[in-house]
Order: sequence, then C-alpha cells, then structure tokens
Amino acid sequence: MKFLLVFAALAAAARSEQLFVGDQVLRITPSDEEQINLLRVLAEHAVVQVDFWRHLTSPGQPADLRVPFPGVQAVKVFLESNNISYSIMIEDVQKLLDEEKKTMMKSRRITRSTNTFDYASYHTIDEIYDWMDMLVDDHSSLVSKFQIGQSYENRALYVLKFSTGGSNRPAIWLDTGIHSREWITQATGIWMAKKIAEEYGQDPSITAILDSMDIFFEIITNPDGFAFTHSSNRLWRKTRSINASSNCVGVDPNRNWDAGFGGSGSSSNPCSETYHGPYAHSEREVKSIVDFILSHGNVKSVISIHSYSQMLLFPYGYTTAPAPDHQELNELAKKAVSDLAAVYGTKYTYGSIADTIYMAAGTTVDWAYDNGIKYSFTFELRDTGRYGFLLPSNQIIPTATETWLALLDIMVHVLEHPY
Amino acid sequence: DIDGVGQKYHLELVLEDVLDKDSTVNCTAEVLYHLGNNIPPDVQFAIAGELKNAEAADNIFYNRIKSLEKELVAENIPDSRGNVSPEMEPVHLLAWVASGYVIWQNSTENTKFQLAQIKRVKQVKRRDEYLEFDYTILLHEMVSQEIIPWQMTVLWHPQHSVQVTQDSRQPKHA
Repeated sequence: MKFLLVFAALAAAARSEQLFVGDQVLRITPSDEEQINLLRVLAEHAVVQVDFWRHLTSPGQPADLRVPFPGVQAVKVFLESNNISYSIMIEDVQKLLDEEKKTMMKSRRITRSTNTFDYASYHTIDEIYDWMDMLVDDHSSLVSKFQIGQSYENRALYVLKFSTGGSNRPAIWLDTGIHSREWITQATGIWMAKKIAEEYGQDPSITAILDSMDIFFEIITNPDGFAFTHSSNRLWRKTRSINASSNCVGVDPNRNWDAGFGGSGSSSNPCSETYHGPYAHSEREVKSIVDFILSHGNVKSVISIHSYSQMLLFPYGYTTAPAPDHQELNELAKKAVSDLAAVYGTKYTYGSIADTIYMAAGTTVDWAYDNGIKYSFTFELRDTGRYGFLLPSNQIIPTATETWLALLDIMVHVLEHPY
Repeated sequence: DIDGVGQKYHLELVLEDVLDKDSTVNCTAEVLYHLGNNIPPDVQFAIAGELKNAEAADNIFYNRIKSLEKELVAENIPDSRGNVSPEMEPVHLLAWVASGYVIWQNSTENTKFQLAQIKRVKQVKRRDEYLEFDYTILLHEMVSQEIIPWQMTVLWHPQHSVQVTQDSRQPKHA
C-alpha cells in the first residue's frame, strides 16, 4: 500500500499539477470500533487510491480521508449506508492548490519595486539582495551597487553607493548587520537606504549632503552569520569562519579591527562571543571594509549600526582615555539623541563606548577614528531588553523613523564641518 | 564601598508596568554585592505605593491551563520575528518573572542579564492546586555577549508568589 502511494506521489510530482481535480477530503467520525474496522477495510480494498491526511485513532476522533474524484460517490454511499458520520472538508483539492499557487505568485509579483516592498517585515538574505537590485533599478541615477569582497563562505559583500557625481567626493560610510542576530539593524538599513534615495531632491538636508558628498551603505555586513540566523541559530552573532584550533566557529567582527586589538573587552577564546580572531583583520568581512576605506582615502565619517541597548556611542572602547574630539562628538551625540527621542519618546544614552556600555577592544569605530575619520559613531538601536534581539517587526518602521533623524543630524554636521 | 564586605549601591528607581506604560510606581533599593562574587547580592527594597492588581487576568490564565487536556508544550517564545501569540503571552510573562530570580541569584557587578527567549516550555501536571512549568530559557549576558541556556522549574498559583524550585545552567552548543 505504502509503495503504491509513494509511486502515485512520484508520478504526480513528475507530471506536475493537475492531478487532484474533483478530489475531496472527507472528515469522518466513526462512532465505535466496528465503524473503525469498516473504514480500515475500505481504505485497504478501495479501487481508487484513498489516503488519510489524519489517521484513524479511536471512536469519536475524526479522521480525514482524501478520496480521488472517481471514488467520491462510492465512498459516500458506503459511509451513508453504514451510518458513519462525515462532512466534506475540502470540496475540490485542485481548486485549493490553484488558489495557493496564485497567492504565492501574487506576493512574488508585488515585490517588483522598492515602493511596494514590505519594509515592516524581516527578510531573508536573498530577498534583501533582490531588493538591492530593485533599488538600483528604481533610482539608477543616484544609486549603484558594487562588491568589496567575499565572505568566508564566499557570499558577495555588497555596498550601495549613493552619489550625484563628482570624483572621489568626501564620503560617509554606513553599515548594518555586522552582528547577524541584530535583525533590527539590517531592517532599519533597508528602510534608510530607501529613504536616502527617495528624499534626494525633496528633503533639503539629504539633498545638500548628496550634492557634495557620497554615501556608502553596506546593509548585510555579515552575510554568512545572517544566513545562519535564518537557517540554524537565530542568536548567532559572529562570522562563520572555521577556527584552526577549536570546534567553535566564528570571530566577533566588532573585535577584529586593528585598534587596541586583543585588549580588554575582547576574548582570545574561539568559543567566546567576543573572540577577536587570530590577528587583526583576519576576517574577510572586516578586511574588505578596511581595504575599501583606506583605498578610497576620503571617508569622513563611519557609522556602524548595532542593537540593542538604545545608545549612541563614539570612541574609545579600547581605552578609558577620552578621544581628542570627545567634546565635539559628545555634543553631537546629545543633539542626535534628543531629536531621536522627539519622535516616539525613545530614550537613548550616549557617550564613549568605554564609559557608556563596556570596554571593547578592536571595534570598527575605534579603528576608523585612529585612521583619521573623526566622525565615527556606533548606534545601539531598540530595545533595552524586553525583546532584545527578537524585536517584533511592528517596531521596524518606528525604529527606522526615529533613528533616521539622529543619522541626519550626524551627516549634516559632517557636511558642515569639513576637515 | 564597605571594607571587607563588598560594594553597596543605593538606588532610586521607577517601576513601569510592562503592559501599561502609564502605570508607574516609585521604588528605592539597596543592593550589596559581596566581595568575591560567590554569593548572590543582597537586595532590600521599598515600593512607594501599590502594584496593579492582576487577579482577574491571573485567574483566567490559571483556569485555562488547569482545564487543558494535554500538558502545554511550546517552543521559541518569542519567535524569530519577535512574535508572541496571545495564548503564550502569560507563559512569557511568567518566564520573565521567574528568570528575574535566576538572574538575581547569578548577578555580579560585572554582569547584565536579560531573558532573550524561551527555548522550550513544558507544563508538568500536578495533583495539587499549583501549576508547574519546566522552562529552558536563553539568557543574554550583555558584557560577554553570551547566550546562556538555563533550565528552571517554576511553580505558580494566583494566590501565591512565583517560585523557582530548581534551576541549572546548561551547556552551550558549539
């Protein structure tokens, strides 16, 4: 019996679609053991191949039986003449399959433009890579996409460039998703990238910025980790590089930069979430950014976006000594969080990494700062722990909306304070 | 700083009802972290006012679970996208309270724990009036950024406080 069912299923799959026209699914409720036995006999000896979608168990418990069209009448006569109670659960299995297929195709068709993309949901890596291409298509005179390298597992590391022309203009670097479990960051990144594209020519601030500067935006900074959070472990933080001396996988990409590398606030244990790696820039995901920024030579601001804690941070993390520009960065952070709070009342704290959150050595922004990029900031987005990394998707747009204002403050300041 | 004993902190805080942001209550507390960090910190506190009465909601939840034919079993609360179904919301809140005890018992001046997720919860049917749940939770420790699985057995009844009768740290997966 099983073999025949498998054969039928295979045959169906091979020929694709139209094999269930007029088939019905009946919900049958046998009232005693005798009726159960009758049903077993029916299933075994029926001329047509019936199959249980919910198996017979005990009297009073329903069983669901799919009956191919040619046998529907006969089965019903059998049930009625034996007083076995039943109802029609599905009148036409093929119709249901057709509708399902239509819905699936419809939802694929809808996301053909970044104007109809669902920004209020969390997306997969493929959906986001597709969206990037759509963004370039939709805003081709402003946005382009290029690759700065490959991840450990050979995924492309894509960066979106927003530019109105010029040659090697002073630039702002933005990244999200360097820690893959911080899903609110990639989601916010997508929304903000779209916002930048939309608002050029509309919003005076973003227009002024893009008229003299370029913006580089890496949305999926840790694609291997991100894929892993979808496939295996939602709370994965690090890269997925294999460690030579350990079963444990991955390096913390925000401890792998050459700024106080290996110091306090990072770990030499490969199994640790803050493992700094065998040496600075050992991770391709980090090295690609280093190479890009250094060869560009004209990046004036690096803003790296993380979650959670609701903080706006600036160097240093590797030392408690204040950065030379501490006062200016502090004032700017104060303004930015104030404008952020004005939207929904979301309270952020701010200050240097070491003062505000914890000592952390080998971070992105410390490296940027020590390489002459004065306006280096890290955001820690919502929330403060109620949902943590598992922030509900209905908070994506509010988070992006409020963060946008803080980001604009920083970018405008960078524009107005050339160095 | 108390010589030979540890560090004492005086705190003034505002408690906010997770389910009703406008409902707040002032609180003062004293936390003493012992030298050596092997003993949980001592906590004394005073609440200026009353906490909201949750009797009605407690009883609804209690009766619903008591009347289940099969023991409640669930996984991944919240799910990957942060969703908690309405039926699981009280189970989530109960875990929140119980994990507070586990967090307190394992805190030092250098830790900051949050409940990250309920990995699995299984009700254990009892013959007495109490509800019992066996939770495997994931705690997120902020400073080390570690995700720590923890098992806890939780007892509850609307007229009694939440009890964690047993808890143990679990090994981390590679």
